[in-house]
Amino acid sequence: MTRMELVQGNEAVVKAAINAGCRFYAGYPITPSSEIMHLMAKEMPRVGGVFIQMEDEITSIAAAIGASMAGKIAMTATSGPGFSLMQENIGYAAMAEIPVVIVDVMRVGPSTGIPTAPSQGDVMQARYGSHGDYPIIVLSPSDVLDSYVLTAKAFYLAEKYRTPVILLTDEIIGHMRESVNLPNIERVEKNMPILGEGRKLHYTGLANENGFAIYEPEKYERLIKRLFNKIECAKDVISYKIENPDAKTMIFAYGSPYRTAKAVLKIAKNVGIFKAETVFPFPERALKKASKDVEKIIVPEMNVGKIVNEVKRVVGDSCQVVSVTKLAQLVDPQAILKVIE
Amino acid sequence: MIAGLPGEELFLQGHTACAGCSQALAVRIAMKALGRNTIVCLATGCLEIYSTQYRRCAWKVPVIHMLFENAPAVASGIEVAMKKLGKKANIAVFAGDGATADIGFGALSGMLERGHNVIYICIDNEAYMNTGIQRSGSTPYAAYTTTSPPGKVSIGNKTFKKDLPSIVAAHRIPYVATANPSYPKDLYKKVKKAMDFDGAKYIHILTPCPTGWGFESNESIEIGRLANETALWINYEVVNGEITDVMKIKEKKLVEEYLRRQARFRHLSKKEIEEIQKIADENARIFGL
Repeated sequence: MTRMELVQGNEAVVKAAINAGCRFYAGYPITPSSEIMHLMAKEMPRVGGVFIQMEDEITSIAAAIGASMAGKIAMTATSGPGFSLMQENIGYAAMAEIPVVIVDVMRVGPSTGIPTAPSQGDVMQARYGSHGDYPIIVLSPSDVLDSYVLTAKAFYLAEKYRTPVILLTDEIIGHMRESVNLPNIERVEKNMPILGEGRKLHYTGLANENGFAIYEPEKYERLIKRLFNKIECAKDVISYKIENPDAKTMIFAYGSPYRTAKAVLKIAKNVGIFKAETVFPFPERALKKASKDVEKIIVPEMNVGKIVNEVKRVVGDSCQVVSVTKLAQLVDPQAILKVIE
Repeated sequence: MIAGLPGEELFLQGHTACAGCSQALAVRIAMKALGRNTIVCLATGCLEIYSTQYRRCAWKVPVIHMLFENAPAVASGIEVAMKKLGKKANIAVFAGDGATADIGFGALSGMLERGHNVIYICIDNEAYMNTGIQRSGSTPYAAYTTTSPPGKVSIGNKTFKKDLPSIVAAHRIPYVATANPSYPKDLYKKVKKAMDFDGAKYIHILTPCPTGWGFESNESIEIGRLANETALWINYEVVNGEITDVMKIKEKKLVEEYLRRQARFRHLSKKEIEEIQKIADENARIFGL
């Protein structure tokens, strides 16, 4: 049965989280992600879950990590400044292999920036924000339905691969309301030994083997390679969609600029879209394959041009790559059409 | 003009605070005491947003907005550097209750511990009003906020208001005071007095918020007065560790009179009101009112 409802992007994140089995939310208020927190405060008690407001973002993600160790499916949500504060803990979760979902509703930065304006400025921070070498999964929805589906996927991947997963939305997607028919979501199961069940668990942020610190370079290298392989060799991490695969011009889009790309498709002929739902690990192989006969790739972004460099790295000299950027507002279809002509 | 206070305004009109914002009034009075030779550090919050917009800047003194969590640390740096350079100015921090009780608490404690010659003024509207009325460590018991919604399983905010003035006083700084813009002369006097001490000074000001608390914009002063008259808020000073000068209450009122005037307490049952009355009674006992 189809049931259409009017849902906001931030609301869709909460609905998906609860349906996927998330029963722990710790957070700190910040525009434009606060609606996630408001709704969690209301919904968590109803489903027997836990909502706590923490004193800052450092403690918010740390509490979510603690809850995850204790057996809850846990998340936190924030925006730019809070995301910066969370970085050290994200590295911890990657090293100690603790599942946790972090939602970053991107706003204009750096620093306090423009709290109410959209951006994709955090995309490389989502990949490389914490220090050291670590793998991470970054998903990027482009509308309300995507927010719902990819949030569910974030929980699934976090628990399956015992890793932090970042959902990158932005002020436009977070605050936009759309009429959607939300599909059923399978509940995610905890996939790790949990505290308080009789096991002598040992977690640490130190480089470790089975939870115990190691100092040998060879062992450290083995550990890091295993962590990377875990994410990069997985078959179900990368998701993308291709439209008009035979077109000579392709728009590579992630997040809300995908909507701009869709608008372009209605006007221009012989244009295709590569929509990256997983931004990291970067969909390298899929892009290589999809761009084989393409002459020009256009990369619209709401930042100074960041993922465009990843696209250039992957396609090399095989085709022309053009960056179309817009700051603090959505990319205009006309800006892309100009490049097509 | 505020009767009995200096005429010079250093916090000007034209800012975008909500109508009836008593925080803006508190800052205006505090600035009259601090004077022209003042450097102001702001934490993120209502004040920073409504007073620093392009072409609407309300400040007649240098203003530095830093991040949510670090205004006291930045003030520490300014103070030490100015001292080394042989320059003299009052250094004041204005920060909200969220910045003070929650995210900036560590930075504040460090500033107090090191004893920087800074006046820290906490303007307490008892929640994160700027981001949409979320609870803070300074939100009173049972109050409605967007992150402490009352309902079948919750009475509203489950925790008690963090006693920041006492925590600050435990750092053994020379001067701690509490104030309320409903008593402007008392507030002015306390800021002036703070300036006489060398070292870290702390003034905690209760600033009733029509938007977040749910009352009419012409009632701010009255609500603030009721907070004092019910002993839910006490104006007092701690000088060198000793509690001095507790503001007396002429006619003590029941907390219900204060609570019933605000939408954030509208859901309270008799039981919660009685519990809040106990808080007020305990305050009155401690401060001998």
